[in-house]
Amino acid sequence: METLNSLADGFVIALTWQNLLLALLGCFLGTIMGALPGLGPSNGVAILIPLAFTLGLGATPSLILLTSVYYGAMYGGRISSILLNIPGDEPAMMTCLDGYPMAQQGRAGEALSLSGIASFVGAFIATWGLILLAPQLVKIALLFGPAEYFALFTLAFATLGGVASTNQAKTAFAAAIGIGLAMVGVDTQTGVPRFTFGEVHLYDGIDFLVAIVGLFALSEVFIFLENKHGSSDAAGKKVVIGRLMPSWAVLKQCTPTMLRTSFLGFLAGVLPGAGASLGSFISYSMEKRLVDKEGTFGKGDPRGVAAPEAGNNAAAGGALVPMLALGVPGSGTTAVLLAVLLSLNITPGPLLFSQQPDVVWGLIAALFIANFMLLALNIPMIGIFTRVLLVPPRILMPIVAMVSFVGIYGISGSSFDLQVMIAFGVAGWVLRKLDVPLVPVILGTLLGNAMENNLRRAITIDNGDWFALIDSPLSLTLWAIAITGFLLPIIIGKVFKRRMKMSRDQESSTTD
Amino acid sequence: MSDRIFGVIGLALAIGYAWAALIIEESFLSDAVGPKAFPLIIAAVLAMASIVILLKPDPEPRWPELPRLLEIGAAVLVMVLYANVLPEIGFVIATAVAASYLTWRLGTAPLSSLVTGIATSLGIYVVFHLVLGLSLAKGPLGF
Repeated sequence: METLNSLADGFVIALTWQNLLLALLGCFLGTIMGALPGLGPSNGVAILIPLAFTLGLGATPSLILLTSVYYGAMYGGRISSILLNIPGDEPAMMTCLDGYPMAQQGRAGEALSLSGIASFVGAFIATWGLILLAPQLVKIALLFGPAEYFALFTLAFATLGGVASTNQAKTAFAAAIGIGLAMVGVDTQTGVPRFTFGEVHLYDGIDFLVAIVGLFALSEVFIFLENKHGSSDAAGKKVVIGRLMPSWAVLKQCTPTMLRTSFLGFLAGVLPGAGASLGSFISYSMEKRLVDKEGTFGKGDPRGVAAPEAGNNAAAGGALVPMLALGVPGSGTTAVLLAVLLSLNITPGPLLFSQQPDVVWGLIAALFIANFMLLALNIPMIGIFTRVLLVPPRILMPIVAMVSFVGIYGISGSSFDLQVMIAFGVAGWVLRKLDVPLVPVILGTLLGNAMENNLRRAITIDNGDWFALIDSPLSLTLWAIAITGFLLPIIIGKVFKRRMKMSRDQESSTTD
Repeated sequence: MSDRIFGVIGLALAIGYAWAALIIEESFLSDAVGPKAFPLIIAAVLAMASIVILLKPDPEPRWPELPRLLEIGAAVLVMVLYANVLPEIGFVIATAVAASYLTWRLGTAPLSSLVTGIATSLGIYVVFHLVLGLSLAKGPLGF
């Protein structure tokens, strides 16, 4: 009952004309960004953070705008999967398997609206899951002291690579680089400058927004330049949408699939190291095993479209649980959302729920609103979104670069920050070439200082005894999970990744 | 081979980082851990990760040919120039030039990239400055 009251309060906060307009704008922009190859949810939110920040929007309105973009991008990713067989973002990869064959059979419109409905169901159930689960997690989190937090941060980094990670050394490398960058600047506890080499600009530390925009958005521009990939993938392909609404029979057939995969996706989102890509993958595999009696999966079965879409959107919602309740994100996009919160001076974690309930519940209400808006936008306006696919990257990518510059310049007004951002862009390109994941770098710059502060606090409380880190059962458990989570992919990761790749290759070879 | 070079660079980075951590001047008022310990742990993790990368390299990535590499270098140069002249000549002109360059290099015909660049610049100026009120760099001409 208490929860429902808080939720009602949240709706009171979220339901103003300004917020509704922002949510609408966010959903629209997000869907477009998700649909465009090369601009996923992380990129999209990353280039909009500095803008929301410099526009002087309050905390709740900015959050509403950016989470709408986040949800919108999760919806948008499916459009190019279905129409062009090119996933708009990584989680939408599995949607290609049945979505594209459906489009080839002239049922593109049906596949698009069905996946829209599936996305809605997944996100809707996951938002309820968030409401029910997050407060429970907060109760556990209130037992955490600095030592447990330090262990929790370590756990977040250790499991970030996920089960599908192939090279844990590179994940560790990326995390260390990120945390190392966070150390730059004046030490908060003793006031001595660290790693500044006398450069006054560095005394404040490196702004994580500069790092995020450089690593995600600019490096993407370099990738396109490298491949001289300037023309639109949609050019020359005739896209037939066909009838829009799937028939009741199809909807009825898909309903159990959507419900099952929503739960599964939500779980995958909540658990550390899984995330939306894995959510959609296991959703698809499970459904295939459960209901694919006639072997229609991969040949345009509507259930094969509904399963991964419900799964990945539910996972996106599930990933918000650890991010809001513990302040520790489990995936790339939630890491970017954490950056949003931190740049608005909101520290997520258990105290957020008791001290700023208006932010939490306003945000959750906004998720519901965004969800309904997306459903309403996506079905009738699908024609507009498909037209977006025709924008060639040779025009789009310069705009992305320029908007990134505008955002960062808007925050600080300094050329120095722009140069740091370019450096991050180049570094991001090299790291991507070498297959080093970028998300741990981002998470490191975001969480590095909090991690160090908790370490120092824990040890100072125990008068300099380093064993303070492992002297409670709770922290021992967290350490155990962290170590297992780090070592597990080394043993089973290769097998898993191969299987994920294989199932995709196999399916697409039958359809091409 | 790339990964082996990468591992060596990472190792050098870790040593440099550890050295920079050791020369941090400690204040006379310090907590039990001090400002050096955590950076040293990070340097150790960095070093270990680099050694593993060095010893167990992944398959070679596909590096671009030299002309493509120069292409990226040129784009970086244009961006750095852009960052530096932005406060001098103002947002609209600088952005029009930089956006035209990038559009051209991504394969648009020269004349139409000039048009696209100017349109991009003016579009951003109108949306972000005139409509949303974001402060952009002002040049001598006032825009």
